[in-house]
Amino acid sequence: MTPLIEIRDLLVQRGGRTALHVDSLDVVRGEVLALVGPNGAGKSTLLLAFARLIAIAGGSVRYDGRLLATWRALEYRRRLSYVFQDPLLLDMSVEQNVALGLRFRGVENREARIRASVWLQQLGIDALAPRRAVELSGGEAQRVSLARALVLDPELLLLDEPFAALDPPTRARLLDDLLPLLRQDGRTTVFVTHDLQEAARLGQRIGVIAGGRLRQVGTASQIKTDPADDEVAAFLSSL
Amino acid sequence: MPFNSELLQITLLSLQISATATAISLLLGLPLGTALALGKFPLRGFFMSAVNTGMGLPPVVVGLFVAMMLWRSGPLGSLDLIYTPAAMIIAQVVIAFPVVSGLTAAALQALDPRLRLQLLGLGASRLQMVWMLWREARLPLLAALMAGFGAVISEVGASIMVGGNIRYQTRVLTTAIVLETSKGEFPTAVALGVLLLIITFLVNWALTSIQQRGARR
Repeated sequence: MTPLIEIRDLLVQRGGRTALHVDSLDVVRGEVLALVGPNGAGKSTLLLAFARLIAIAGGSVRYDGRLLATWRALEYRRRLSYVFQDPLLLDMSVEQNVALGLRFRGVENREARIRASVWLQQLGIDALAPRRAVELSGGEAQRVSLARALVLDPELLLLDEPFAALDPPTRARLLDDLLPLLRQDGRTTVFVTHDLQEAARLGQRIGVIAGGRLRQVGTASQIKTDPADDEVAAFLSSL
Repeated sequence: MPFNSELLQITLLSLQISATATAISLLLGLPLGTALALGKFPLRGFFMSAVNTGMGLPPVVVGLFVAMMLWRSGPLGSLDLIYTPAAMIIAQVVIAFPVVSGLTAAALQALDPRLRLQLLGLGASRLQMVWMLWREARLPLLAALMAGFGAVISEVGASIMVGGNIRYQTRVLTTAIVLETSKGEFPTAVALGVLLLIITFLVNWALTSIQQRGARR
């Protein structure tokens, strides 16, 4: 199957220093790729680079066979959805938050509300629709954030540690709910976490990033039994 | 000065000049403050410092520069604006515009910087992103508007220097207070002062009501 994203020799610099280097990475259509690694390793940087939200200093990224630089930024970003670690909801109703990306795309208000209600139901938060987003608990807010991303029916879903700020029971429930949603749609997803168990549960493949470099990509068992280098081994032993 | 049609004319002119100056300051200050808060360009720090300095500009200094510009022999003398309400509006814009710009920049910088990325990550265009950030910062932005209006409705130095305090033409509440005080007409000056305070209070009350309605949880 042709990869949705092909990365070769990607270099990202932040503050004049190399923040991330990826020799080669393909993200296959329909797969869930989990990126794991210690804090500050460069996982989120890779996600931001995928979304063209930070500048790329070198190498090439192709999306759907075309170099990223040849896409119009807005046209490209409207093919994907990004979920941050914090929900970053706006001070408006839950329903308006979920419909936000649709409104950006010019979807008429009534239609946007109908589509938003479908995803509010899918994530079990339809009762919260009229509530103000600032009144929600952390778990509820993150569900809204996920609904806001999924309602856009993105070709590529980018999830940057969406459960990291949640308590373990809330986290487990949300993971249980998200897993079938991603599987049923066959949606290409890149998911960042520092929890290997979470990565193994959600991702069909796992990429390990440590020290600003993508070290290894494989299944959970491949990585556990045959770590590519000392950095990967050190990360696994720290868990 | 009796409380008659002249007083009404002075009051309306004060409101007209200061409201126009505040509106123009908003039109100029909102984009500039946004650019300073969100943009990355050379000398951004310098411009930010200049705006912050401008927030404390003494009105008499503004009056002096605007008068020099508009003076008949000055670079803009041919426009024949000195001692007109238009000159007073220009001076008041110079006073209020840095206030609105500086407070707009501060309001937007107080938002979570990742919010911008989140909006872009949801497919917002640059304009849509800025609009949503303004919406999110609407409470401090209304405070910026109030500060801008407060700065100009209460200033007197620049208005006298470029307006000339001409009866029925450029006399506003603050310049009328100065005149009445210089004549020793303290009761009239006090009455005008109280009127100015009431007007300022009413305008700010209206804006605060809008602001707090938005803040109510």
